[in-house]
Amino acid sequence: MSSRKSKSNNLIHVDCLSQVQRILRERFCHQSPHNNLYGVQVQYKHLIELLKRTAINGESNSVLIIGPRGSGKTMLINHALKELMEIEDVSENILHVHLNGLLQINDKIALKEITRQLNLENVVGDKVFGSFAENLSFLLEALKKGDRTSSCPVIFILDEFDLFAHHKNQTLLYNLFDISQSAQTPVAIVGLTCRLCLSEDRSVREVLQKHFSVSKSLRSLHMLLMFALNLVTASHPFISATDLMEANQLCSMDSKANIVHGLSVLEICLVIAMKHLNDIYEEEPFNFQMVYNEFQKFVQRKAHSVYNFEKPVVMKAFEHLQQLELIKPMERTSGNSQREYQLMKLLLDNTQIMNALQKYPNCPTDVRQWAASSLSWF
Amino acid sequence: MVYYPTRLKTRQTYSWVGRPLLDRQLHHKTYTEMCVKIGDSTEIHVEVGQFVLIEGKDNENPRVAKLVELFEDVGKVTFPVVALAPDEVVPTDLENEKIFFVKLSWNKEKFRPLSPKLFAELGKLPEGSSKCQKRVRTKPHCLESPSCTPAERVVTRIESKHSAAKSRQTPTHPVTPRARKRLELGSKTPNTRMSQQTSCASSGSLGVSKRKMALSEITSPSKRSQPDKLQTLSPVRKAPEKSGKIRLFGTKDDKKALPEHHMILRTRISALETTEVSGDTTLNPVSGGWRSSEVPSIILKPVIKKRGTKQQESQNEATSTPRRTCRKSSLLTLNRIRQQLRFLGNDKSDKEEEEFLPAAEISDSSNEEEEASTPPHPRRTPRSTSKNLHSSLKSSLQTPSKTPKKTPKPRTPRHATPQIRSRKLAARQPSSALEEARLRLHVSAVPESLPCREQEFQDIYNFVESKLLDHTGGCMYISGVPGTGKTATVHEVIRCLQQAAQTRNVPSFRFIEVNGMKLTEPHQVYVQILEKLTGQKATANHAAEILAKRFRTQGSPQETTVLLVDELDLLWTHKQDVMYNLFDWPTHKEARLVILTIANTMDLPERIMMNRVSSRLGLTRMSFQPYTHSQLQQILVSRLKHLKAFEDDAIQLVARKVAALSGDARRCLDICRRATEICELSHQKPDAPRLVTIAHLMEALDEMFSSSYITAIKNCSMLEQSFLRAILAEFRQSGLEEATFHQIYSQHVTLCRMEGLPYPTMSESMAVCSQLGSCRLLLVEPSRNDLLLRIRLNVNQDDVLYALKE
Repeated sequence: MSSRKSKSNNLIHVDCLSQVQRILRERFCHQSPHNNLYGVQVQYKHLIELLKRTAINGESNSVLIIGPRGSGKTMLINHALKELMEIEDVSENILHVHLNGLLQINDKIALKEITRQLNLENVVGDKVFGSFAENLSFLLEALKKGDRTSSCPVIFILDEFDLFAHHKNQTLLYNLFDISQSAQTPVAIVGLTCRLCLSEDRSVREVLQKHFSVSKSLRSLHMLLMFALNLVTASHPFISATDLMEANQLCSMDSKANIVHGLSVLEICLVIAMKHLNDIYEEEPFNFQMVYNEFQKFVQRKAHSVYNFEKPVVMKAFEHLQQLELIKPMERTSGNSQREYQLMKLLLDNTQIMNALQKYPNCPTDVRQWAASSLSWF
Repeated sequence: MVYYPTRLKTRQTYSWVGRPLLDRQLHHKTYTEMCVKIGDSTEIHVEVGQFVLIEGKDNENPRVAKLVELFEDVGKVTFPVVALAPDEVVPTDLENEKIFFVKLSWNKEKFRPLSPKLFAELGKLPEGSSKCQKRVRTKPHCLESPSCTPAERVVTRIESKHSAAKSRQTPTHPVTPRARKRLELGSKTPNTRMSQQTSCASSGSLGVSKRKMALSEITSPSKRSQPDKLQTLSPVRKAPEKSGKIRLFGTKDDKKALPEHHMILRTRISALETTEVSGDTTLNPVSGGWRSSEVPSIILKPVIKKRGTKQQESQNEATSTPRRTCRKSSLLTLNRIRQQLRFLGNDKSDKEEEEFLPAAEISDSSNEEEEASTPPHPRRTPRSTSKNLHSSLKSSLQTPSKTPKKTPKPRTPRHATPQIRSRKLAARQPSSALEEARLRLHVSAVPESLPCREQEFQDIYNFVESKLLDHTGGCMYISGVPGTGKTATVHEVIRCLQQAAQTRNVPSFRFIEVNGMKLTEPHQVYVQILEKLTGQKATANHAAEILAKRFRTQGSPQETTVLLVDELDLLWTHKQDVMYNLFDWPTHKEARLVILTIANTMDLPERIMMNRVSSRLGLTRMSFQPYTHSQLQQILVSRLKHLKAFEDDAIQLVARKVAALSGDARRCLDICRRATEICELSHQKPDAPRLVTIAHLMEALDEMFSSSYITAIKNCSMLEQSFLRAILAEFRQSGLEEATFHQIYSQHVTLCRMEGLPYPTMSESMAVCSQLGSCRLLLVEPSRNDLLLRIRLNVNQDDVLYALKE
């Protein structure tokens, strides 16, 4: 991961460095299809054989590629398609249709999109007119007309496959699989999903299953390396272990603890009061009045450095915490209920609060002591 | 008035000959030849440039027209033609109606001379091309009256393309008003495919050799194009738009359930009905928005060409006429036409004609053709108006620019042909035994006979056959779990019955199939049935009315209709009106409707149907039991049929495994197919004999039936696995099956501390949680609940423990 450049010429060195940085950034940011596949060669071979058989022998097939997010499902199919297109027999012999469950949110849109991508004869310009029923029967007619040997195979790629299963009656899926199982136009249906188990349905047929097991998402790895790469400067040309550690820390940073660092002392005091209430009442919800009382006790008996704020000021701080979503109301705010008595819950863990306090800049000692024990002022 | 009550007993088949030339601008495909097949014996052959006889309602005035263009329409709106008597005035008050009016002015006096420009252009044409001959073998048998069955009905329409086409028209013929009459020869044609023969460019050259070629093409239609037949373009194509045109198109509705195709003959009315009439007369198309109430149907008689009449054709060629009637040579032309007509009229004893025409009709027709030599009576409708209004008509004729112009909006072509383009390279044939086996094992491969369903087959067959023989109707309900061969069995029954109908063992019937899953909405079933029954398109409500009328009233069709409704449960509506109607129609005596319904659940009639619906469904039930292992084995063996690709034990294993689980034949076939793939991959040596062994099948079975969850958990990251452990610990501690994220997080932190591991931050844990949630290993609430997010396991706790242990 490091650039091995001699340090002799500083000027060239900076140029080279930025160039290397740029290349590496590109590799991390974009999915590069020329990359080799690691760990999924078996699956890849299987998939490509399947698609080849559809393209060359005119055999209908269906595949469901399952794997967690970032495990390379899309990359796999892109790779396979790219390789298929490089084979001369195949490239002019297949049509492919890409659908995404997040874009084609119902069968009507999906049908129009299929018709458009297949460029059938009812496509005018770039649009497909006609009712849902017309389009469906037209498309089915078109696909039914073909047979194994004469018509051009179609590869359907359904990204976010599980979302298609939520469509009403699963009309699209039923028909696609029905085509693949009858002597019509040869189709290959490739579904991509991160869902391990599709909601079991009787009508949509079982599909071949394959699993991928890249232990952790490649995307997060890229992200981690990206952070590390950005730390590289002219004065610090190599990525070291500490850089990676730092990047890792950046990646795994607790976002809520970060928010706590930016709170005012009054707000910190309120959070501590809530923590004590949680300890005393065992996770029962609290309201503003309870928190205010707790805060008052602290200020009157223990505090030396904390000013005794007036109630409206404390209320304002309380509302600010709510806006930051560090506390959450138990039920929807209704107009008639008084804000002081609305039940709330704290969305911070004890350990989080303590960790944050340790890093909090210029935290008054009495506040720190109060946080450690609610009983210390006795 | 001579009226021909003839009705063709034989079926007419229309098909294109030659490759289509696509006219992108006008959205239609042009052809050079059309083949009309009557019965099995005779083929009529219509080519561009030939003359055809047109018959109207008043058969006293048949006309001869010349074909200018044959084309298949891909979606233009058509409108009725209204023919007016010569002295009838075009009504001017109906501006917005899209009807074409054609003035039938056959007399010299009524004729309006053509513009000099057009005249000059016609003069340029090769008038003396004597080798071009017309083969007018006018068949005087009238096809049908419009009230006939839709398959053979003849409707005259005109298309609204006029103004748009004119605006697009080439500047060479700016003056000519254009009108296209469209004749629709609807015919139920079993003809499947347009024979895509060549002769694509050979449109007009009508030499002897050409015609012989055309004949041979018909006798042996092949799809491949033969480049040696390419010939030069004829002048016909170059100037096709000089006069009125007649289109003729037949609706096809063939076996393969192709959508409508329209075969259109665009004729040019250049030759006339009588020889006495001056050749200058042409059909004067009056375009524009007028209407009259009378719409005569015009029937276009295709030229009949028989193999036996080659001699006569050569004779005809000797006295051939120029293909294009030019003004200058009009007299000559018309004389020749008369000769032809007389020749044909005398030819009535031709025995081949008698094959499909009763003698009486022939004499009628010949009379009529001889009558054509007398001056015709001007066509006059009873309500025809005075002649002095004629001038106003003429003025409107001379100013065609006044006609309302309409530019068609881009819209879905109405008659777009649904078709995926065909592949460029031929599909490779299976090369090894394994590939062959895989092909045979594919679910789509239809076996010749269905093993193990003999009893069910016999029952359904007897049911449908008895209904067919009794001319009654009835319902049958067939149930069974998926993959037990319900649909396949019904299809086989229908196939056998259709064969029996061909050999006249049972009365002929129509078979219609609808599938509940292939409908967007239950009421669409009416639309589909109507379209498959008659070719009509209608909205759901309208279609329901038409169907109800058809099935409930007297005088309904002669044939029984067999309707297969697959996935019946999808037709359920709240009111159950769709099911009610479906089951109600067969109870009417006239309907002659047999309905076979298929669904998965055995007790569907009792469960979801109201009493009045299920009572109409009747008690004819049949249930398909899941296949037993021996049956599955038999199915596999019969599919493989002596192909040695599987070990016997392997087949038995898969049959038993599947039978124990579901008895789904589809699944069984899929597993076997997958096993062949595994076998292929594992054997690297190409020459070694490959046999699918038990090991291969076990691997395939494992792939199919193994729990995906356990594999997934095993492959989770460390953090994810420890999070799952924390969940298990929390559940055990609380004794509940649900916990909040906060509880699990603290549990997680505790566990990590106990093992001395660095514990994750909350954000990391949250990411892990949502990752597991997206895999559906966990069931989680939306993440806006943050710490209070409730989490459940979606997998058995024991499964998680088992997976984590390894």
